[in-house]
Amino acid sequence: MKQTARQHPNRRPYSAAVPGEAAALRPPSFLFWSAVHGLCCLVSAALGFRFSRLLFLLLFSPASHHHHHHNHHHVHLLHQPPTAVIPAPPLLRPDLPPPPPPPPAVAGRVGVGRHGIRVRPWPRPNPAEVARAHKILARLRQEQRLRYGVKDPRPVIVVTPTYARTFQALHLTGLLHSLMLVPYPLTWLVVEAGGVSNETAALLARSSLPVVHLPFHEDMPVLWNDRHRFEARMRLRALRVIRERRLDGIVVFADDSNVHTMELFDEIQKVQWMGALSVGILAHSVAPDATAKRQQRASEKETSPLPIQGPACNSSGQLIGWHTFNSLPYAKKAATFVGDGVTVLPTKLEWAGFVLNSRFLWKEAEGKPNWARDLDEVGISGEEIESPLDLLKDASSVEPLGNCGKKVLLWWLRAEARYDSKFPTRWVIDPPLEIAVPAKRTPWPDAPPDLPYQRIANEGGNVEKHVSKKIRSSRSKRSSHNKKKHETHVDTQVSDMSNAQEK
Amino acid sequence: MGSGTWILALLVLQSVFGGIYGLEQEVNHRTERISGSAGDVLEDDPVGRLKVFVYELPSKYNKKILHKDPRCLNHMFAAEIYMHRFLLSSPVRTLNPEEADWFYAPVYTTCELTPNGLPLPFKSPRMMRSAIELISTNWPYWNRTEGADHFFVVPHDFGACFHYQEEKAIERGILHLLKRATLVQTFGQRNHVCLKDGSITIPPYAPPQKMQTHLIPPDTPRSIFVYFRGLFYDVGNDPEGGYYARGARASVWENFKNNPLFDISTDHPTTYYEDMQRAVFCLCPLGWAPWSPRLVEAVVFGCIPVVIADDIVLPFADAIPWEEIGVFVAEEDVPQLDTILTSIPIEVILRKQRLLANPSMKQAMLFPQPAQPGDAFHQILNGLARKLPHDDGVYLKPSQKTLNWTAGPVGDLKPW
Repeated sequence: MKQTARQHPNRRPYSAAVPGEAAALRPPSFLFWSAVHGLCCLVSAALGFRFSRLLFLLLFSPASHHHHHHNHHHVHLLHQPPTAVIPAPPLLRPDLPPPPPPPPAVAGRVGVGRHGIRVRPWPRPNPAEVARAHKILARLRQEQRLRYGVKDPRPVIVVTPTYARTFQALHLTGLLHSLMLVPYPLTWLVVEAGGVSNETAALLARSSLPVVHLPFHEDMPVLWNDRHRFEARMRLRALRVIRERRLDGIVVFADDSNVHTMELFDEIQKVQWMGALSVGILAHSVAPDATAKRQQRASEKETSPLPIQGPACNSSGQLIGWHTFNSLPYAKKAATFVGDGVTVLPTKLEWAGFVLNSRFLWKEAEGKPNWARDLDEVGISGEEIESPLDLLKDASSVEPLGNCGKKVLLWWLRAEARYDSKFPTRWVIDPPLEIAVPAKRTPWPDAPPDLPYQRIANEGGNVEKHVSKKIRSSRSKRSSHNKKKHETHVDTQVSDMSNAQEK
Repeated sequence: MGSGTWILALLVLQSVFGGIYGLEQEVNHRTERISGSAGDVLEDDPVGRLKVFVYELPSKYNKKILHKDPRCLNHMFAAEIYMHRFLLSSPVRTLNPEEADWFYAPVYTTCELTPNGLPLPFKSPRMMRSAIELISTNWPYWNRTEGADHFFVVPHDFGACFHYQEEKAIERGILHLLKRATLVQTFGQRNHVCLKDGSITIPPYAPPQKMQTHLIPPDTPRSIFVYFRGLFYDVGNDPEGGYYARGARASVWENFKNNPLFDISTDHPTTYYEDMQRAVFCLCPLGWAPWSPRLVEAVVFGCIPVVIADDIVLPFADAIPWEEIGVFVAEEDVPQLDTILTSIPIEVILRKQRLLANPSMKQAMLFPQPAQPGDAFHQILNGLARKLPHDDGVYLKPSQKTLNWTAGPVGDLKPW
């Protein structure tokens, strides 16, 4: 920052200062030097690099003439580092009184003057060093966390309701990786609708986390309203397990399709009994044509910011209410059943925005607040549990987290595949697809050469047609001798999309 | 009953001291005490150890200059102004010159600025000379020691050589009249004309409030490995490269511009201070002079300074063990900078971070207003106090006078 605007009026380039001194010399030696220098110019032009300085340094060390008439100025790339230390010029001036003794700087290690710019021959990053640097960064991060992070971190208990469907692998893998990054001891309670299935078990086995895979022996309903209530019951099931086993830690309701930040897990360590967070609602539609229309409409009117559910505080940081989801703008386009391809709306207050101290759920725990309802009473006799607030007698003692709800640390999203979608079991295509029919227009040498843009457009169409042809043929082949219960079809959505584009 | 209360008192005292010791142990785990070659002197209190007499110079030497250009209060040479203000109200100041150990003449030699804000040092020798002539004629204290118990603050590029270009500065040398005085300067380089023995090197001025407002939470991960923002080639003055920074900055650029570990560029981001707090190493290469405010910024923001300046003398070198805090890379080793930095053992890096986290370290680099204990003002006074008592050679008999009042370039002799 010091040298940023060093356009000093008096700071002429070093060379411009010198001709004055050169003129002070006696004419014959001046002519001689300029002749020699001209010769060196020619030789340098022939050789391709400027060697004059080096030569002068070696042969005539006190003298130094610098002219900038060379055409081939380039960065002095020296592969070995000889220090081209050129001593200061003023020693030659005869008209001054005897100059002071040469300053020791010139004789010392560091000299004034032009130095070479040292570049090593292959200045590329060394991958081993990059790996070492990352190890260093990781270790420093760990140390930083120890020093400034949470003291006495409590374990985290994650409650996830899930069921086997097309997008389960998508969502669960994402959640799995997020949870594997959490630096605190973690227990994952996965409640699966329809009982424990091999699909889910296989997915969960990919993580190294301690998972408790709980069956919930009813099937997931198709209507979204029912599904919200159903999920609440599944979560209650998990909470009861926590209570039975007296698991200790902070309970986080991580739905498999939500997106969590790592700061979330640091922030929830601050909770005493029950905390509330701000959740960003990603209410969007699934089908592409609906998206296009929505984007048009959005650009016409000013897009409102992301809807957020969470605690509302007054200026002194106390909880005074809740921001809930306003479903009116989406009323006409809300999804009713799972996989119908339009926006899925959340409930008023999603479970994901709340965290609990697990001791809140225990039968007896010291310090358990009296505004907690006993878990055994909740949910029996057909009571509707909509949000964790129903677990409390008094909702005003909930702690707002994340800078009183100003920080959004997780996002709620529900994206499901079309209701008629199929997916291969365990996402393994076995036996492998066969190549059925070659496309009509492929870039074989004997095909007539296309204009570039035509070729690209056709290739794009080719891919679609190719795939759909493949699917159809494979499907037809398979259905003819298919004995398995789960058909190994590639999702027909691709073919449907291509059909839509063709139309 | 008496012995019972004694035993109880002893037990209480033991637990109290044990508690304090335990607390100190915990603090030591987080930060380490910093002690340099002069010992554990960062937190010394200079009050009572020395007395400073401040000459009342006419305001043309200080206030009028500042009044003409108030930008002098914010640039990196502002230490001379703030030192004056600190001394005027400090308990070490004495109004009785007979009992003073040190004498201070407030001359703002670095306050004549170009429109761009860079100081022009051409009149500084004359200004300093004129001030010295004044104090030698109006007070007897200069003549009795020829300035050996006087100190001056000369924060310019090359200190009391009063030039921004190194060749010219070396040619001029330190102003002859100051040859016996103690110089408090930012420039420090071993075996250099412009650093004389006994000088006190200080950090350049960096605005403390501005840095304070850019602090980010300390648990933000340090994910940048090496960070640098600044020029690599000074296109206006040295387009080819090779003069500026002795080619070291250009070498850094040419070797590491494609290296993902090095976040280096010539940008001027608004998040410069925040980025330094997210970096592990901050490069502090020399420029036209070896020192720069980057060192101060790196220390304040906890980024390990990588000093690339041969033979540099860092601020308060006797009080702060810079080798243990920063990384020193020779200019000829710049092409191997990545190997050097990645092969530092992790315990060494952790220790450097712990030392940097010590608040007394950060405080020693700053010039806060009002002054706080342990800050750079106090370190300067501590340095001056460590030079006491003056040895007997300081006081000169008339036959021993060696100061030549007409030495130096002819242009300097003109009155100011």
